[in-house]
Amino acid sequence: MQMPPPEAATIARRPRLVERLRGILPEDAVIVAEDALRAYECDGLSAYRQLPLIVVLPETTEEVSAILRLCQAEGVKIVPRGAGTSLSGGALPLADGITLGLGKFNRILDIDFANRCVVAQPGVTNLAITQAVAHAGFYYAPDPSSQIACTIGGNVAENSGGVHCLKYGLTTNNLLGLELVLMGGEVVRLGGKHLDAEGLDLLGLMTGSEGLLGVITEVTVRILRRPETARAVLAGFASSEAAGDCVARIIGAGIIPAGMEMMDRFAIHAADDFAHCGYPRDVEALLIIELDGPEVEVEHLLDRVRELAQAAGATVLRLSRDEAERVAFWEGRKAAFPAVGRISPDYYCMDGTIPRGRLPQVLTAIGEMSSRYGLRCANVFHAGDGNLHPLILYDANVPGELALAEEFGAEILKLCVAVGGVLTGEHGVGVEKRDLMGVMFNDDDLKQQQRVKCAFDPDHRLNPGKVFPVLHRCAELGRLHVQRGRLPFPDLPRF
Amino acid sequence: MTATVKPGAVAEVRDVVAWAAGEQKPLEIVGGGSKRDFGQPFQAAYRLDLSGLAGVTLYEPAEMVLTALAGTRLTEIEALLAEHGQELPFEPGDWGPIYGLTRGASTLGGVIACNLSGPRRVKAGAARDHFIGLAGISGRAEVIKSGGRVVKNVTGYDLCKLLAGSHGQLMALTEITLKVGPRAEKARTLLLFGLDEVRGSQALRSAAGSPCEPSGLAHLPAAVAARSRVDLVVEAGTSVTAIRVEGPGPSVDYRLARLKETLAVGVRCEELHSMRSRKLWAEVRDVAPLLPDAGRQLWRLSVPPASAAEVAANLRQDLGEGVELLFDWAGGLIWLALPALADAGQAHVRAALAGGGHATLVRADVETRGRVAVFPPLAPGLAALEHRVRAAFDPLGLFNLGRLGLAA
Repeated sequence: MQMPPPEAATIARRPRLVERLRGILPEDAVIVAEDALRAYECDGLSAYRQLPLIVVLPETTEEVSAILRLCQAEGVKIVPRGAGTSLSGGALPLADGITLGLGKFNRILDIDFANRCVVAQPGVTNLAITQAVAHAGFYYAPDPSSQIACTIGGNVAENSGGVHCLKYGLTTNNLLGLELVLMGGEVVRLGGKHLDAEGLDLLGLMTGSEGLLGVITEVTVRILRRPETARAVLAGFASSEAAGDCVARIIGAGIIPAGMEMMDRFAIHAADDFAHCGYPRDVEALLIIELDGPEVEVEHLLDRVRELAQAAGATVLRLSRDEAERVAFWEGRKAAFPAVGRISPDYYCMDGTIPRGRLPQVLTAIGEMSSRYGLRCANVFHAGDGNLHPLILYDANVPGELALAEEFGAEILKLCVAVGGVLTGEHGVGVEKRDLMGVMFNDDDLKQQQRVKCAFDPDHRLNPGKVFPVLHRCAELGRLHVQRGRLPFPDLPRF
Repeated sequence: MTATVKPGAVAEVRDVVAWAAGEQKPLEIVGGGSKRDFGQPFQAAYRLDLSGLAGVTLYEPAEMVLTALAGTRLTEIEALLAEHGQELPFEPGDWGPIYGLTRGASTLGGVIACNLSGPRRVKAGAARDHFIGLAGISGRAEVIKSGGRVVKNVTGYDLCKLLAGSHGQLMALTEITLKVGPRAEKARTLLLFGLDEVRGSQALRSAAGSPCEPSGLAHLPAAVAARSRVDLVVEAGTSVTAIRVEGPGPSVDYRLARLKETLAVGVRCEELHSMRSRKLWAEVRDVAPLLPDAGRQLWRLSVPPASAAEVAANLRQDLGEGVELLFDWAGGLIWLALPALADAGQAHVRAALAGGGHATLVRADVETRGRVAVFPPLAPGLAALEHRVRAAFDPLGLFNLGRLGLAA
């Protein structure tokens, strides 16, 4: 993984930068000791590590603004960081860059039930927002599996999803407002407690921008009333084709479940061995289908889902009878990652999305790749929205095996794009998928995206080395080559 | 007189833009032309008519995804979806009648460029939430694509969001991919009669915060309700607060009963079933009850829902008894009709938004729109940022800039 070459001059200026930063922040909010920096050397993609030049932990928007003003003036790179749970290396530090941690932005600022929204600082965890409104029967819908640790600011930066986004949307669909600080220190507010923010939809642009456009210092999200009840169906199938057919039948019947997850045989066994959740072991594919809403609706839809699953050839069919059993159905799925971690020294989690109907084809191809690379692969899948999470098992202590796992992963992602899907559904591009961007986008597409980046950060100081495989200078991107000429197609209809 | 160029293929659109860039000739981008009177009046050298770029290029009901060329008529898309029991969840309106035009001219490109969403926006999200993939021509005459045909996608910046509601100022959109949804098996509407704006908007918010998942939340004051064509609404002879629930039959019955139990205490109420319910929500979506007097100016206000009644009271106080309005989106959207004023009452309208939100002048005669800021004025820092983002797509300012009242 090639990162932009560190600037020796910046590294040499470290003492001066520390001194300037200590003029902005309290002493203990500027971290320089190597053992303390070590805690920030990687995020959830721990295969890549790098000690940051300095870590700063501001507490106010004014401090963030002063830091970004300083970085702009001094020409220093900056990497924003929430809880560091990114699975794509979005918060990977730079040797010549300052990591800006938002952990001290940990307060909920306003709970507004009348307008059904919460205003929070970016370092508040995803789950804490739900916990703050649960007493009144409300919750925040997007629920990434890291929700106890991941922060709402990070969720915005990555446009995080979760198992319930099939029905309730991703972060971008649940966001109402932001305060952000631009490179140079300017503070901008977008949206608020109303719908459809004025002007261009910069709120939508910021969501999923992976910390390349600005530093988020305040977030307003919509909260929803908790559904009256939720129940789950566990359905086992003799083939992934049959399970895929079941998914298509459910969607085709106009039913949008709250969640619809699929696991393959390897993942089922790994999860069951780990969580002892009583999953059927003699099936090739398992679906967990959750329905939520008023009890009468859930009962009604459960009947229909049961019929559809039977028609699709389900060999095992269980309906959760109570809340404990519903939770038990999910236990194995939620433990799938640690379960795989138990049987392999390391695993590499992929995140492509495909059109749902291509699932059997893609699973078959992954099976073939698995034998070819000699690496095992467990598949868990947000079946409702086509988001695939193959877990490639490898051992980092075996020379060459990480590189092999990465190659295997890249081949899966290329296949996702080839069948009409995309490189990443919810984990982000980061450094991990950066060099694959050319599989999905051509040069013009990528340059256009970078021109947007230039509108926010003309010197590429904010989180450089992420998302874009080639960094073009903004001045070069801004050049325009136009030629005067005749209106083409003289035979076009004109009035 | 502006000359019109009407390409029939994407490559031709690109060539036209390349020519316009070379000659520095600004273009007015037009689809069906139903919303040409929306925005600041402006003259562009050429009109780029995209209505020749029409047709659905991909529709997979089982994947709930549809791709169409930007000039495809909305009516064609809706009819195709209906054949498969599906619909556009964001329920876009037809704004033609707002400008005195007949229905049916609206194109998908225009709906997306204006980010038009109807009453179901409170539950299902806006047009921008369903816009998952695009192709278009930038002001550099380059074909640009973004997004894809799958819903879950964080590969690169989400340019679809930027283009939704951009009023054609960034790119000439050529192809649009949408997430579509199943049409509900059943729809019913609870009508509460005689509530004032404070109690009406409270009832709407209470329904919105209930587990009943309403998909339409509107309040029509008496004078506005009197102009409905739905018999039970007209005959009410008073204000009407309307709450829609959609879904499987037994669920709709249950949720409607629950809403009635909690909200219709000591209040006269009625229910609208399928056809009448559909008719009322089409009226709300297209603001039909505020349209009959074509001389009236029309504003659209997006506000924090809990501030709706206060905003309405401020508007009545400052602008007098001629004010007519209706609430949609549980009060989060206020449509306001005013007797024609030279400044369209803009100072009062925008002052009424002290609690947050913004206001857009949707209809006024051409002179008034020339004098008034049609779109919400932005804070200086934000305006400068927007300018840079626009320039990133359209450095020469070729596309529709006059419509936004902006300089290149």
